[in-house]
Amino acid sequence: MNSIVRTTARCLRSGAWQYRTAQTNGDLLTGRARLMCSSSAAQKTLEEMVKKDKVVVFIKGTPAQPMCGFSNAVVQILRMHGVDSYAAYNVLDDQDIRQGIKTFSNWPTIPQVFFNGEFVGGCDILLQMHQSGDLVEELQKLGIRSALLDQEKESK
Amino acid sequence: MSVNPDLLREKLTAEIGAIHVDVEDTSPNRCAASFKVLVVSPQFEGKPLLQRHRMVNNCLAEELKEIHAFEQKTLTPEQWEKQKAQ
Repeated sequence: MNSIVRTTARCLRSGAWQYRTAQTNGDLLTGRARLMCSSSAAQKTLEEMVKKDKVVVFIKGTPAQPMCGFSNAVVQILRMHGVDSYAAYNVLDDQDIRQGIKTFSNWPTIPQVFFNGEFVGGCDILLQMHQSGDLVEELQKLGIRSALLDQEKESK
Repeated sequence: MSVNPDLLREKLTAEIGAIHVDVEDTSPNRCAASFKVLVVSPQFEGKPLLQRHRMVNNCLAEELKEIHAFEQKTLTPEQWEKQKAQ
């Protein structure tokens, strides 16, 4: 009940809320998402969010300061592969997003990783993809060259 | 209702044909109910990771409502044998 009241209040106030997406080099980007007052509209907004960038993650905290070990693992893995341009949404900033994204991907936990608008999985899956080499391949499909490929070349 | 590791094990065995389940209660390390599971099932054969994890999630949907953090490793019997041999 309270969240409906809060949401309505936000609607009346500004009609928009800001997301801070932090990139690993420490720069802050602000993204704007229009707040709409119904849950199917909120799901639509999430759909736009995950499609807007090639790599999108929902984490607790920010890439510069993750607030959870699993979220941190996702950030570190992306960093290892040299992926430094991605959208990161801090679910701790917004309970609607925190709950909404779980409904959207039908996945119970945070962090959540999306490639090209498609749900990839959480920290476990990303870690296994990283260990198996699948992640390098998936990044390649996105047109992102993993830094690990260059490292391999150097060491040869 | 507190989540019981045995219950998780039973459900996974019954509903997705798990031949081996390890359930580790990692709650002491975290701020709320947390579990780490290893599930080995022939039903994972041929399925990509995400699908496997979703099978587990669906099986434990009720329990996951109470669980704050959940780690899972899903292997086919063949992968598990290989892992054990390492």
